Amino acid sequence: MALPKVIGTEVEYGITVRNSPDFNPVMGSSTLINSYAGERARIQWSFDEESPGRDARGFGYEDAMPSELDSGLVNVVLTNGARLYVDHAHPEYSTPECADARQAALHDKAGEVVMARAVARTRAVMPPAERMFIHKNNSDGKGNSYGAHENYLIARDMPFGSIVRHLTGFLVTRQIFTGSGKVGSENGRPQVDYQISQRADFFEEEVGLETTLKRPIINTRDEPHADSAKYRRLHVIIGDATRAEPQTYLKLGSAALILDALEDGALNEALVLANPVPAVTAVSHDPTLRTLLELEDGRRITALEAQWQYLEWAKKYVDGGAESPVYPEVVELWESILTDLEVDPRRTADRLDWTAKLVLFEGYIERDKLEWDDPKLALMDLQYHDVDPDKGLYDRLAAAGRFHRLFTEDEIEVAVSGPPTTTRAYFRGRCVEKYRDALVAANWDSLVFDVGGEALKRVPMMEPLRGSEELVGGLIDRADTAAELLQLLGGE
Amino acid sequence: MAEQERKQSRAETTDEEVIEASAEAAVEAEEITDRIDDLLDEIDTVLEENAEEFVKNYVQKGGE
Repeated sequence: MALPKVIGTEVEYGITVRNSPDFNPVMGSSTLINSYAGERARIQWSFDEESPGRDARGFGYEDAMPSELDSGLVNVVLTNGARLYVDHAHPEYSTPECADARQAALHDKAGEVVMARAVARTRAVMPPAERMFIHKNNSDGKGNSYGAHENYLIARDMPFGSIVRHLTGFLVTRQIFTGSGKVGSENGRPQVDYQISQRADFFEEEVGLETTLKRPIINTRDEPHADSAKYRRLHVIIGDATRAEPQTYLKLGSAALILDALEDGALNEALVLANPVPAVTAVSHDPTLRTLLELEDGRRITALEAQWQYLEWAKKYVDGGAESPVYPEVVELWESILTDLEVDPRRTADRLDWTAKLVLFEGYIERDKLEWDDPKLALMDLQYHDVDPDKGLYDRLAAAGRFHRLFTEDEIEVAVSGPPTTTRAYFRGRCVEKYRDALVAANWDSLVFDVGGEALKRVPMMEPLRGSEELVGGLIDRADTAAELLQLLGGE
Repeated sequence: MAEQERKQSRAETTDEEVIEASAEAAVEAEEITDRIDDLLDEIDTVLEENAEEFVKNYVQKGGE
């Protein structure tokens, strides 16, 4: 049986300040995060176990890329087990580890709420004339892109070549339901009025370790933050930051499902694209979904046809007894979205960001007789992604009942303050909440406590599914202090 | 003859249904347009001022 697909997302948000000509995004991001984190800012992220230069293909890559280690930038851990920090001049939110795609989509949404509250609190510390904006998008429309990465825990013994063979075509064609939409094109790509993805214009390689330049469809970063003999963390960088809840759920759920099927040997055939890199742009640049992509075997199919094929394989796998409880729901959502995309992509405007934006922009073009290059459309293209619930157009559409929602406000609130209960994020989040004074550092796979002895105490968490409520909830409830907790843990 | 009449009446019914259905679709399309117009009016009230300047100043550093 495939490993449970532990999932997390990392989203870099766009940041800008109006009426501040000297705005520095690094300082601004620090102000933002400190505004939210308050006293939690003292619990630092620690980098001891991180090695972002390790390559999944098996060859080393030591010290060869700029390291985020010890950058001295604000980097904190929250009571829900998430990491909130400054990364490359952007505020970034990494969700806690989640046990399935639905939970991960919920925590991805909670990240938007954290950012919205943080930016609201900056108003107390910034000059009244200045106003900070945070956007959950991936591009400034001027050739600069920033990421929304997905992470999937997979078995170490799955051959990497097989991942590349099966996943490349999937990732290129899934843009039809993972894209957040963008007016125009950039980075030297052919001119278009509107395209499906924010990110497509920035992909230049098939496979590689880079994330900041020459971005690859399959990223080889091999940094499992877990027992590296058993696990690999597949780091998917070719995706858009998404706001529509069904879209985020399908993005994560379909990828997890395909990976599980692959791990269980249920994918015997593969759709192998003849030219994957140009296909990324070709798919994104055609909102009518008619473009044909050439396969290695000479056949030509559309992205939609490719996704029907992946869905069929996924269904067969789920019917054969795949274990995750969310998969039947993912398959149903996948099928309904493909069905509607096939009739008219606009029919998915209640579930997908790119079609919601398309319908909105076409409405404006019709009413105000605008051209696609009108600054008003460019503004809306940005403002759709603004996390301020009073200003962001996604939120205004959702408030008007035009989006299908998966989560209640209560569910989102619980995810903003508390961790998932079924992964090690539970242990991390509860410890941040309860033993704040003794916790000196945290990262994905360990916590470091100062309980007054000679040395600091590190608690390793190399198994992502341990540290759950079931395993440690009782211990944390019983231990009034970190010292007591360590004693109880030692006695287990 | 009787058979032909039945056929004809069936054909008429079908035509009527088609007309009704397209009338319904037109009403529905009108409703959708009205709803979109209402929405655009609402969106107008929240859009940032001076779109051109806002877009021009929106410059991000590359990330990841």
